[in-house]
Amino acid sequence: MACISPDGKPTESGTRMLSALKSGLSSAEEVAKEAGLPLFRVRSGLRELTQAGLANQKGEKYELSSKGAELLGTLST
Amino acid sequence: MEEVKEQAMSLPRLGEPAPAFEALTTHGVLKLEDFKGSWLILFSHPADFTPVCTTEFIAFAEIYPELQKRGVELLGLSVDSVSSHIAWVRNIEEKTGTKIPFPLIADLSKEVSLAYGMIHPGQSKTETVRCVFIIDSNQIIRTILYYPLTTGRNMAEILRIVDALQTTDKNAVATPANWKPGDMVVVPPPKTQEMAEERVKQGYECVDWYLCKKKL
Repeated sequence: MACISPDGKPTESGTRMLSALKSGLSSAEEVAKEAGLPLFRVRSGLRELTQAGLANQKGEKYELSSKGAELLGTLST
Repeated sequence: MEEVKEQAMSLPRLGEPAPAFEALTTHGVLKLEDFKGSWLILFSHPADFTPVCTTEFIAFAEIYPELQKRGVELLGLSVDSVSSHIAWVRNIEEKTGTKIPFPLIADLSKEVSLAYGMIHPGQSKTETVRCVFIIDSNQIIRTILYYPLTTGRNMAEILRIVDALQTTDKNAVATPANWKPGDMVVVPPPKTQEMAEERVKQGYECVDWYLCKKKL
């Protein structure tokens, strides 16, 4: 997993993607811009975050899941 | 290392869609479709921790900023493992100060190598040769280059090809031998006698009706 470490915590790029989703439903392009990451990394990362239950996919867009929001809150405290 | 006995089913050809893949890389699992909207240079090297490949990786890292300005991503490939790739790119950074910023496919199953015809048994039955696939933002193969194991690639030529292809797409022109950005481009040849007669009066620099150049 590129976005999630073996201990279950998001990597730096994973955290940036989750943080970018705090503003609400976003496309991969919007997340890439907000997180300052290449689009291919974001597409791959969002796939991982969704599979891990940290983000939800709605059509072509993504949002933070409650589990993702909780994890992000833990990281910022 | 296991020898490759199978033949590639069919080699990719120019103008055709690049074969889809999902592969383990140093940046996680990547699919070809993750690169949609960007140009992509997919290139293979024979093996990690080898001298010519190391010089090439440093050179690819050096042109990466220029490629990014042109909307081009880089993706390397060999049949080594992710652990080997990680150890090698870390070693390159430690020994030369050059960080490798692009992902590398660990194609242990040779699935991607075979789909792209990267293994040439006459050169090596176990390693990929030095292939370069330039794939456009619609994931169509636009250029294929093959270099032998002993010859490192020319980065200036790779950049020049990207510039030529993008200039062609943007302006509907062709580029002559040894063209480089800023040089005159070739106007597509006329298709009828009437167009040929008109062409020579249009103020282009013409050798004759079939070879006319213009500045962009």
